[in-house]
Amino acid sequence: MLSIFILSVFTIICLILSFIFDKKKTIEGLKKGAKMFLNLLPAFLTILILVSIVLFLIPKEVLIKWLGKESGFLGMIIAALVGSISLIPGFIAYPLGKILVNSGVTYSVIAIFITTLMMVGIITLPIEKKFFGLKSALIRNAFSFIGAIIVGVLIGLLWGIL
Amino acid sequence: MGDFMKDYIKKHRVDIIIFILFLAFIVISNVLNFNEGKKIINNFKDSFIEMISLIPFMFILIGLFDVWVPKEKIEKHIGKSSGFLGILWVILLAMLQVGPLYGAFPVCYILWKKGSSIKNIFIYLGAFSTMKIPMLAFEIGFLGLKFTILRTIITLPIFIIIGYLMESIFDNKDFEVKSLK
Repeated sequence: MLSIFILSVFTIICLILSFIFDKKKTIEGLKKGAKMFLNLLPAFLTILILVSIVLFLIPKEVLIKWLGKESGFLGMIIAALVGSISLIPGFIAYPLGKILVNSGVTYSVIAIFITTLMMVGIITLPIEKKFFGLKSALIRNAFSFIGAIIVGVLIGLLWGIL
Repeated sequence: MGDFMKDYIKKHRVDIIIFILFLAFIVISNVLNFNEGKKIINNFKDSFIEMISLIPFMFILIGLFDVWVPKEKIEKHIGKSSGFLGILWVILLAMLQVGPLYGAFPVCYILWKKGSSIKNIFIYLGAFSTMKIPMLAFEIGFLGLKFTILRTIITLPIFIIIGYLMESIFDNKDFEVKSLK
């Protein structure tokens, strides 16, 4: 609730400032934001529906066993593989991450899922190859995969301390 | 408006069909008092309320961000600066973008043409994928400030190292960024 309050106050202040400085620009920005939101909404609802069904089918204990505190390195590898082959926009990935955290998945697993989602692209490899060549695309993705796991391990180690 | 609606429905028809089926599922579950169905609906309702109360604000911010940030001015600095300053400009430019990773590839081509180093091309990709400001806003909103700061601080050196590693593996003879044409 607090985050909603802070976010809404911050947004309203930004809007007022923007409006005072440049009315036309502000309206243009609002239109852009609305357009992005509308284009995202259908996919967003579909993901919410699918996740609701999946969370119903997979009991919480099972999810926690595979991706929660006790899952260890295996949970991280599962998250890295799923993140590498998925093509989910960040706008949807973060809300999804939140739902998973609510269901008992650890932050370190979420960090790996999100980092591989953003940095590793198996499906987009053919496009990347066209720009950078196959060798460099493969190496970049491999490094990013390893990097993502390091991010997750470090978050796992530091989370309890901080 | 009519054309917009038509295009919109056409573009998202699969998602819209799924949503209509789900609405029917809600009605049927309630009429038949189907408890398993109600559990799924409750899952959906909880997530939906949490998400929909944050997301509109975020898109207002992203829209404003997009019109106010002077991306062109920063692009001018890229290519000319090298060393630490070069890395800084590349990361800053990447942080101001919106969109998926494959949208960054054409920008890499432009940076490459402007004389960016191999290292900075890959640092751009790393920062683009993990540190875009609109995405950080989403991350803070949903996963919290602690998670976002921690993840960003750890990821930053990692993709800078990846940039250096890529530059040590490739040199300007066996590396280039091509355009799609």
